[in-house]
Amino acid sequence: MTMKRLIWITPIILVFAALWVGIAFAQDPTPSDDDVNRIAKQLFCPVCENTPLDVCPTQACAQWRALIRDKLAAGWTDEQIKQYFVDQYGARVLSEPPRTGLNWLVYIVPPVLFVLGVIILARTFHSPKESKGGDSPNLTPAPVAGTPAQPASESDDYVARLEEELKKRN
Amino acid sequence: MTQSTPENSPLKKRGVPLWVQVLVWAGLIGLLGLVALGLNRSQQGTVQVGDKAPDFTLTNFSGYEYDGASQVKLSGLKDKIVVVNFWASWCKPCEQEAADLEAAWREYQPDGKVVFLGVDYVDTEPEARGYLEQFGITFPNGADLGTRISQAFRIKGVPETYIVDGNGVIQYIQVGPFQSVDEIKSVVESVRAK
Repeated sequence: MTMKRLIWITPIILVFAALWVGIAFAQDPTPSDDDVNRIAKQLFCPVCENTPLDVCPTQACAQWRALIRDKLAAGWTDEQIKQYFVDQYGARVLSEPPRTGLNWLVYIVPPVLFVLGVIILARTFHSPKESKGGDSPNLTPAPVAGTPAQPASESDDYVARLEEELKKRN
Repeated sequence: MTQSTPENSPLKKRGVPLWVQVLVWAGLIGLLGLVALGLNRSQQGTVQVGDKAPDFTLTNFSGYEYDGASQVKLSGLKDKIVVVNFWASWCKPCEQEAADLEAAWREYQPDGKVVFLGVDYVDTEPEARGYLEQFGITFPNGADLGTRISQAFRIKGVPETYIVDGNGVIQYIQVGPFQSVDEIKSVVESVRAK
């Protein structure tokens, strides 16, 4: 390669290299609304009651979403951003309470109550019917030994006749 | 022929063991206690005049230190009257009193007997700094980290201002903005006169 060619080619290569670097910088990821909302939906507005940050319309929430965008652009992870919010505004901003201290009740009590309910229902439905009616008197006369058991309608007639006979005797 | 007795009957009703019953009842009572405690706390309202002010440590914004210290502790300000002002950059009513608070601070600053502390409630630092610059505020200010200070005072919103005497007792509570410098000064003076 002659010196003359080198003089021509070098600036062209440099121009292309500069363009490539420019494109690479332009592609530097700017956090999208989806990226911001992915984190914002895991957080609650610290001042408005029960409003997730991703749908909160106040100026304060817009500031916090902008803050999330800034942190993402600075290369922070989701967990780092959430921890920053906890440090600044307290654990109440988390949509899912941290698994510490009394917060464990939130995770333990509902399933325990559910299991207890299922056990109680299962015991109620599977308990033998006899145990329910065990104390109530059986009005049907017991079949006399050596005679076949009577159907219900016949035994009712038998009871009616028996009562009639008793009335007559009294 | 053998007869089945209630004791050996396979149909005998099975009971829940006593220890399980005790455990369930204890758990339920404990839960109810926690719920009652939470309800009680939420219905307490803000701290009252005459109450001991909750002690706190304020981490100041850079450039808004107290006596050059990055942190200021309320209990370390004994024998001084402390004006604790809760504010936020997103709070419009706070803007009404911001300049008046600064004007009052400038009057009291030379004698050193009255200290103003701004507590920035759930805010972002860039906006908070913008607000402080906008109103030319110079008295010590810092963020309410983890909302610990506002929770201790059980504030209901911003702005709210608590004036604490030299013994750490709350002597005046202003809910909402002050209307003028004179109003702030008259309240501070009444506390000083006590």
